[in-house]
This record gives sequence, structure tokens and C-alpha cells, in this order.
Amino acid sequence: MFEYAPAPESRSVVDIKPSYGLFVDGKFVDPVDGGSFKSINPASEEVLAEIAEAGSEDVDRAVRAARQAYEKVWGPMPGRDRAKYLFRIARLIQERSRELAVLESLDNGKPIKESRDVDLPLVAAHFFYYAGWADKLEHAGFGGNPRPLGVAAQVIPWNFPLLMLAWKIAPALAAGNTVVLKPAETTPLTALLFAEICQQADLPAGVVNIVTGAGDTGRALVEHPGVDKVAFTGSTEVGRAIARSVAGTRKKLTLELGGKAANIVFDDAPIDQAVEGIVNGIFFNQGHVCCAGSRLLVQESVADRVLESLKRRMAQLRVGDPLDKNTDIGAINSAEQLARIRELSDAGSAEGAERWSPPCELPDRGFWFAPTIFTGVTQAHRIAREEIFGPVLSVLTFRTPAEAVEKANNTPYGLSAGIWTDKGSRILWVADRLRAGVVWANTFNKFDPTSPFGGYKESGYGREGGRHGLEAYLNV
Amino acid sequence: MTATATSARSDLSELGRSETALRTFLHGLPGVDQVGAEQRAAQLGTRSIKTTAKAQAIDLAIRMVDLTTLEGADTPGKVRALATKALRPDPADPSCPHVGAVCVYPAMVPYVAEVLRGSGVHLASVATAFPSGQAPLDVKLADTRAAVEAGADEIDMVINRGAFLAGRYQEVYDEIVATKEACGDAHLKVILETGELATYDNVRRASWLAMLAGGDFIKTSTGKVPVAATPPVTLVMLEAVRDFRAATGRQVGVKPAGGIKTTKDAIKYLVMVNETVGADWLDPDWFRFGASSLLNDLLMQRTKLTTGVYAGPDYFTLD
Repeated sequence: MFEYAPAPESRSVVDIKPSYGLFVDGKFVDPVDGGSFKSINPASEEVLAEIAEAGSEDVDRAVRAARQAYEKVWGPMPGRDRAKYLFRIARLIQERSRELAVLESLDNGKPIKESRDVDLPLVAAHFFYYAGWADKLEHAGFGGNPRPLGVAAQVIPWNFPLLMLAWKIAPALAAGNTVVLKPAETTPLTALLFAEICQQADLPAGVVNIVTGAGDTGRALVEHPGVDKVAFTGSTEVGRAIARSVAGTRKKLTLELGGKAANIVFDDAPIDQAVEGIVNGIFFNQGHVCCAGSRLLVQESVADRVLESLKRRMAQLRVGDPLDKNTDIGAINSAEQLARIRELSDAGSAEGAERWSPPCELPDRGFWFAPTIFTGVTQAHRIAREEIFGPVLSVLTFRTPAEAVEKANNTPYGLSAGIWTDKGSRILWVADRLRAGVVWANTFNKFDPTSPFGGYKESGYGREGGRHGLEAYLNV
Repeated sequence: MTATATSARSDLSELGRSETALRTFLHGLPGVDQVGAEQRAAQLGTRSIKTTAKAQAIDLAIRMVDLTTLEGADTPGKVRALATKALRPDPADPSCPHVGAVCVYPAMVPYVAEVLRGSGVHLASVATAFPSGQAPLDVKLADTRAAVEAGADEIDMVINRGAFLAGRYQEVYDEIVATKEACGDAHLKVILETGELATYDNVRRASWLAMLAGGDFIKTSTGKVPVAATPPVTLVMLEAVRDFRAATGRQVGVKPAGGIKTTKDAIKYLVMVNETVGADWLDPDWFRFGASSLLNDLLMQRTKLTTGVYAGPDYFTLD
């Protein structure tokens, strides 16, 4: 046997402070009422830092700082000068990418190979991409002189903390808005390091403000009368509440919510690569991906063969220490999320689906869930309908392309989908009929700053990325 | 399961009897998505192999080297020196294993045989009008028999790429069968020359064709065309031997050759073997590197691991 020796990335590259304040008006400040919470490492349950909890007064301070910066500095600033700051931030992110990657893996639990090879390169790419738009907005297709909206309230999830920050902040700033961003309460650390990068880049005070906290902080932020724009990525449930609270106000809203994507494998698919795509689709980032390919629809005539290959491949997945460079699947982000994954998986077994996981040893401390597939799943099972947001795949079969499309669309969600076939005409036929914002053909979970991303139906509205992503931050 | 396996086995043995059956079978294999295969190979290349795992990998890689010289300028003196090195790659360290085989042209086989006799190091010879394969079949077979008679226990043949690309699968198949027969007890490695096959679909088909015809090993390249072994090509071939064993029960070896020069490269291949076909192939009987300069880099890294410092290139023999 060829056993890989531990290959841990050094955590000494990042300096975590014992406590963090709120980033308001260019400075770290203490919250008015002094509340705080702890951010832990989900792989070990070790406390990483004490984080300030922003109350409504703190949110108000942040929104006023953002308003001031919008009116006095950032709004009037020529696009080419805004671009200069964004390019500078992008370069600093690249320079400090190792530090950011280690911190992301510590706080989130995702494997270092993903934070290093996927998250961080994409974060920098988003800033570079939107920096390029800042002085070319009149060419973006929204008229001759598109204006920013003002102050954007942005609430982001814990699955890609820094990447979601980049998706929100880069287009907002490029378009001339200022922002108040609330990172998720379980993963605030990279956003706070990003605040330091804003200081390092000499970004004018108040252009970016970071308020940390949980649901109450987020509610105070999106309901604040001083914000012009609300952007949220997270669960459909919270998204609905936000849509209700924003209804009837002048605030512009974009939502990127849950998903239950179908990954459709036809009988003429390149099987080995399809299996890689299935694995990447559901086990990437422990399945904490809103566009995860959580429903595998496989044509019945190749189902046995695909499942056999899939199981063999799953047995190669290395679950464990997120900082080990050879880890494929890291820790589940929180005890709460682990409980939800367990609950839905147990429901899958109880409802009669057949559960399988490769033999794999899970660490004693921290939050872990073995990669799991359910076969014999039907559309009526909860695990085929509800978003699990974990490394759990539901396998369903189909007989004809029309049936595949029908089943794929038979969900309240519509964020993404995958098609695997060697036949180009079938890719086009199926893609035309799928009600999903992103359709991948013979690949999955491919992201690029130039490509718009967003959902149909209960997966939300508005697009992030590309030229389309600018629209959410312009008065058009 | 046994019944299925047996029927699958007899089914496949019938394939070589007709051009139509071969074509239908080879074109019915699942396609290879180029982007996906290259991405997977690149991913496997990011594994971090350190300390004990690296030491283990280096010794295994040394044992898997087919130490090769295939030059017009090869002489008895040159190949004797190479064979001596194969036996004791690091004269300063008796714990260093010997390589898997020495690989030379047929005319050089007798000189190498004298050195290797009884050592456990195999003697491989290229044959069948290597590297182009553009000679009449009887010449190729005579070439093969001569190499075996002179003492080679492994024959590296080249397939008829012209016939393969023209779709004359039967001709390619028959040539491999005939060469296998001419080999007698010697092991047959079938060189696909993947650089000339161009697509991964072709690589997969040629791999199956070579295995169906009785090849004991499938090998990527001659080293004589611009594109030699690459990680994605080797990945596709590993998938083929894995699927072939599942279908027939027979295990076939894989040999990437050409362009593998560093320890880092060799370890990437071992990781690929480990995660694609598993421990059964992590043995010199089932996986080889066709290489020459690779060996000195492996020795250099091995010395670095044991002593903690890099020795200069002059501490490793040039043969």
C-alpha cells in the first residue's frame, strides 16, 4: 500500500488576533453594547477568536459611514480611480492568498486544496474582473451614464466566506456604491482580514464596512432605512423573510438562495469523467454549495455501471484535517448544519432509500459527515426535494431525455444543472428545457467572474458575475 | 457473478475473429471527455507526497524503471555500463534497490544479458521495426524472435499506427497476436505511440485492442516522436486496464515512457496508479517507467532524504 504521510499546510502564516471589533468608517471599533460571540474551528471545535456582535446602533453607524463615503468620496470619484483601488485590492489578495486560504480553511473547515486552488484564485479574479469595468460602465449595456444605487447592505453565507464577499463587494464598488457587509456568524474571519486589506490598500474610509453578528444583525442591516440595495446569499427561508421586509420600500433586491440541482448522466456519457463530475458536483466543499449536483439522474441502462464506478471513486476520497494538502473532504461547518444533514439522511433511510458510504474513519473532535449516497430514491423522498447542503447524494434513474428533463425541473428550486453526454445536439436540446440559471455540460461547478450566476424560481433572482452582475448595483 | 465473468471472457475472445466485431466493440467503449480527463490528471498531480511516503515512492519508482538506451550510437561498452548501473544504481548505498529492467535494441541484447544473468533485473528489447513499425510482418516477427533468442525476456513492440488510424483494427490485432506468439515466454509490451494516435478516444480503443490481442503490458510511447507519455494519456490507459480486468479477470501492466525526467513527475504517476487502479498495480510487475535520466534524479532525491543534503550531480554516475 502507498500511504500518504501527513502534509499539513502551516498555520503559522496567519496571525489570528484574540478578538476582533467591527470595521466601520475605516477603523476597527468596539460595538456600542459590547456583545460578542466566538468563532470556532469546525475541525477541532477550538475557539479561534472572539468576535464583536453588532447591534442596531452599530449597524446604524456603519450605514451612516457608508452614506457619507458614498456622497463625499466614492460616488463622485471617477471610475478610473475606483478601478485603481480595486486593482490594488486584487493584487493584495493575491499576495496574501496563502494567509487567506489557511484562515478560510481554519474558520470554515474546507480543505486547503480547495481554498488554495479554487476560492482564493476566484476571489482575486472577481476583483480584477470588476476593477476592469469601473471606468467602462457606459459600455455595459445599461445606457450612457449608469448611476450607482448608493449604500448596499450585503449578507453572505458561510460556505464560501471570502468568495461570496468578493461576489458582493467587487461589483458594488466598481459600480460606485459603498457597502455594509455582514459575514456569516460561523465564518467572519476572512472578511475581517479583508478589512485589513482595505486599510492596506488605502481604500477611503467608509467605502467598505463589515459588521459581524448573527440573524439579528443581518435583520437590522437589511431593514435599515438608509440602505438603497439589499443583496443576500443564503437559505430560501431567510431569503423569503428578507423579500417580505424589503417589499414596498425603494430598496433594490437580489437573492441567491438554495438549490437542488439535477446532474443528468445519459447512457452515452464519458463515464469516467462523468463520475468525476458527480463527485465534484456533490462532494466539493462538503456539499455546502447552493448549486451542488445533489440529485443524480442517471439513465437506467447505465445506472449500475455508473454507480459501481462512483462507489469505487468515493472510496478514494480522503476525509480529514482541512489543513492537510491531501484532504478531499473537510469538516462540516457547524454543529447545527451537521444536525440538519443527519436529520435528512436519517429521513432518507426511514423512507426506504438505500444508504451507502465508503469505509472511512472520521476524527473524534469536530463536525464530520462521511460522503454518502442514497440509491433507490424517488421524487417523493424528502432527500430528493429538500436541500441537504452536505455531502449526501440522492440517485434517481430515468428512461428517456424527456423524463430526465421533467424530473430535473420538478423542484421548487432552479439554480443549476449538469448534463453528461457525448452528443452535442442532446446537450442543446436538454439545456433549452431545463429551468435552471446555470447549466453545465460535461463539467460541473465551474465558476468564472465573466459568467453570470443566479437562479430561477425559489433559487432567487438577479445575477452575480459578468456584465449582468453590474445591473444589480446600477440604477437602471 | 462468476457466470457473468465467464461469459464476458468468452465473448471478448471472439472479438478478434472479425473486423466488424472489433470495430463495434471498440467504438462502443464510453468516450473520453478531453477536458475532464486532463483536469483529473492535473488534480492527481497536486497530491503532496512527503517524508515517509516520499521515501517509499522513490524506492518503488527505482524498482519500476526500465533503464533505457535506444540510440544509433549504442555500443557494447555503452550498454554494459548501463546494465551494471541497473544492478546497483547507487554504488555508495547497498540498500538502494535495483531497477526493473534494462531496455535496448535487439543487437545489444547479448551484451546486456551477460551482465544481468541471474540478477532478477529483466532484459527488455524493442522489436518489430521499432520505432516506426513500418516493415513487413515477417521482418517484424524475425526481429522479435531474434531478440528473444538473444536473451530478452520482455519485448516492447510497436503497433501499426497507420493501420489503426485507417481503421484496419483487424490488421493491428493480428500483428499483436503474431508478435505475442513469436515472443514465446517473453512478456509482450505493446507500444501504442499515443502521440500519433492524437485523441484520448483512440488511446482507449488502442489500449483495449492491445489487451484483447494478448498484450501483457500497454506502453505509451517509443520516445521517438515529439509527444511522449503524458499524465492524462496514462490515466486513460490505467482506466482501460482496470476495466479490462473487471471484464475479463486478466491483469495487464502499464508503462508510460518518454519525457518522465524528475522524481516529482514519477511520484505524480504513482499517485495516479494508486488512486485509479490501486495497490495491485503498485509493483514493478504491473507498472514501469520507460526512462533514462529519471534514475539519477530519483537517486539524488533518495540521497537527499537519507542525508538531508543534496549531493552534486558528480556524485551520481553518468552511463
